[in-house]
Amino acid sequence: MDLELAPEHASLRAAVRELAQASVQPFAAEVDREHRFPEESVRAVAEAGLMGVLIPREYGGAGLDALAFAVCIEELAQACASTAVIVDVHTSVGTEPILLFGDEEQKRRWLPRLASGELLGAFALTEPASGSDAAALQTSAPRNGAGYVLNGTKVFITNIGRAGLYVVFARTGNEDRAAGVTAFLVPGDAPGLRVGQVFDKMGLHGSPTGELVLEDVNVPVANRLGAEGAGFPIAMRALDSGRIGISGQALGIAQVAIDEARELMRERGHDQGDDFTLADLSTRVESARLLAYHAAWLCSRGRPFTREASMAKLHSTDTAMQVALDALQIAGDEGARQGSPFERHVRDAKALQIYEGSNQVQRVVIARELLKTR
Amino acid sequence: MDFEFSPEQVAIRDTIRELVQDRVAPRAAEIDQTGEYPKDIEKLFADNGILGIPFPEEYGGISGSSVTICMGIEEIAKACASSSLILAVQALGSYPILVAGSEEQKKRLCPPLAAGERVAAYALSEPGSGSDAAAMTTRAKKHGDEYVLNGTKQFITHGSVAGTLVVFAQTDPSAGSRGISAFVLERESSPWKVEKLEHKLGIRGSPTAQIVLEDVKVPASNRLGDEGAGFKIALAVLDRSRPGIGAQALGIAEGAFAYALNYVKERHQFGQPIASFQGIQFMLADIATQIEAARHLVFRAATKVDSKAQDLTKVAAMAKLFASDMAMRVTTDCVQLLGGYGYISDYPVERMMRDAKITQIYEGTNQIQRVVIARALLR
Repeated sequence: MDLELAPEHASLRAAVRELAQASVQPFAAEVDREHRFPEESVRAVAEAGLMGVLIPREYGGAGLDALAFAVCIEELAQACASTAVIVDVHTSVGTEPILLFGDEEQKRRWLPRLASGELLGAFALTEPASGSDAAALQTSAPRNGAGYVLNGTKVFITNIGRAGLYVVFARTGNEDRAAGVTAFLVPGDAPGLRVGQVFDKMGLHGSPTGELVLEDVNVPVANRLGAEGAGFPIAMRALDSGRIGISGQALGIAQVAIDEARELMRERGHDQGDDFTLADLSTRVESARLLAYHAAWLCSRGRPFTREASMAKLHSTDTAMQVALDALQIAGDEGARQGSPFERHVRDAKALQIYEGSNQVQRVVIARELLKTR
Repeated sequence: MDFEFSPEQVAIRDTIRELVQDRVAPRAAEIDQTGEYPKDIEKLFADNGILGIPFPEEYGGISGSSVTICMGIEEIAKACASSSLILAVQALGSYPILVAGSEEQKKRLCPPLAAGERVAAYALSEPGSGSDAAAMTTRAKKHGDEYVLNGTKQFITHGSVAGTLVVFAQTDPSAGSRGISAFVLERESSPWKVEKLEHKLGIRGSPTAQIVLEDVKVPASNRLGDEGAGFKIALAVLDRSRPGIGAQALGIAEGAFAYALNYVKERHQFGQPIASFQGIQFMLADIATQIEAARHLVFRAATKVDSKAQDLTKVAAMAKLFASDMAMRVTTDCVQLLGGYGYISDYPVERMMRDAKITQIYEGTNQIQRVVIARALLR
């Protein structure tokens, strides 16, 4: 048993921290205030080779494992939660489906451009009437000669409008629910694909979220990911590791909130009430970090990790929310002022309890795994 | 990183698991009801090498690794928290010797403990000195090549059954915490008096004694470390033992949850197992997640003990704090999952809930853990 990061992961952390603090953090407040995409930050991440953390070297990536990915997102989130989720969605649910389920031709065609950051990835599963109940999706993709014709509306799509490639889930057959779902790779410039409403959100202002409208979008068979009807397991597998990334994001937000509260306490003095809060928050974050790293470690080893990833997502995001709120409370008036990092962390953290499977869905997943006879 | 036990540890765990299943679990309810120390289980652990786990091989033991100790405590506590203290306090009472003893002292004092011929105990608290350990008044005066001890020690787990008792006492009361020294008392040559045994909410099979020392003579060769080094030793020991309390809390919670999980699958209401209700499922998910989170903190702290890490104090306090608070919540929820049956003594979870409470209190209350953690963070 060795519960410390291996030297290669520790040095990756140090390198990403340096990059994030120098080239991402300086834009975080502005990106939040102006609701703008963090161009500079994402470019810096791409230039550092971190858009392809999970992509094997032969396809132009860094060829690192899930633990490295979690550490990377954690460090980015300490600097800027918006940048973290942009990179997270790109890397996990936006890219991993190709890595895991793509054929050789698809990998060669798409992965190098995703790895370099030339293309930003995105994941289009959710629909207006199909959120937690993903199998109820209605976007249609009937076969039509050499390809498929996609029609429907996807919603809450992270990286909307910025993505060069969307992994889109649509219904190819009449089979009931999950059995009729197929995954497609749809380029951002495909005719018929357009951006619908882009939402104003409570937090994560730098990360665009909105509707993806598909109107008679022709997708060639070469862009079908996996077999017809195989889409739902692809989505679920993508979300399993996506949850590791979101856990990393939660850890980053929580850690920076704690560190900022701690600095404030050091500067202005502190009483036992705040000391106890700080102790509780730090303890929770430590426990959440180990849950996330455990899920990542299992994933890296090719072992089942669905339950562990859901536990990590549930605990780390609930922790991030609590930490952000309590850190603001420690900061007091100053923390509640608009533009303060404390109030930004509160707004940013809330999204994490909702996306990539709300925490209620995580509890459903965990309970299902617990009640399986093992 | 590597989240798994070594093959040797797995082998030890499986042995303990089997022994606990066969010999400890069937006795747990009775031990709780009678409140009697299970001498038979002490012997079972001694005969099977379990009491040797806290000691390295060179001192007659089989491990000395905190990870292995915690693993053992966790396994036993799943069935019987009182019995898990037989191992936990063997470690606690022996740590001062292992941490601060000279080679001669370790070679002399450890082998009988490792063999399970005697059990150890640790006497720090006093009636007027709990969280404020440095305020102790027990006095040790030197006369020639021995010390004479006088005072009262409070809440001494296994103080009545131990053959070896590590006692902290003032050798220089004017020096405050720097005037405290540590002594090893052997029952035959330095007999102490058990003034009273406490009646308790939980861990009722683990005797908690008030000990009175009246002119107890201890040879100077049984002083651990220098005069005045006692307080440092006491704290160093607590850093090492707190992960074990975390492991005990973890085991109690796991034991309660295993029972409750099985129960909700079998219990039918409204024509279906109550496990099919989402309200119940969410409780299960939260419980399992909290247990898992605590488990990692506990074993991380244990690995820090084994690697003598710099931040051990903080991490050990975190493990103890989080795991014991978790165990209290989880066992309370497990009673809830069983409803009325959870509240009655025919079912084990009410015992586990009572047993969990002490883990928030001893080896430093959870308030003290927060003080320790905050101090480390704000240094």
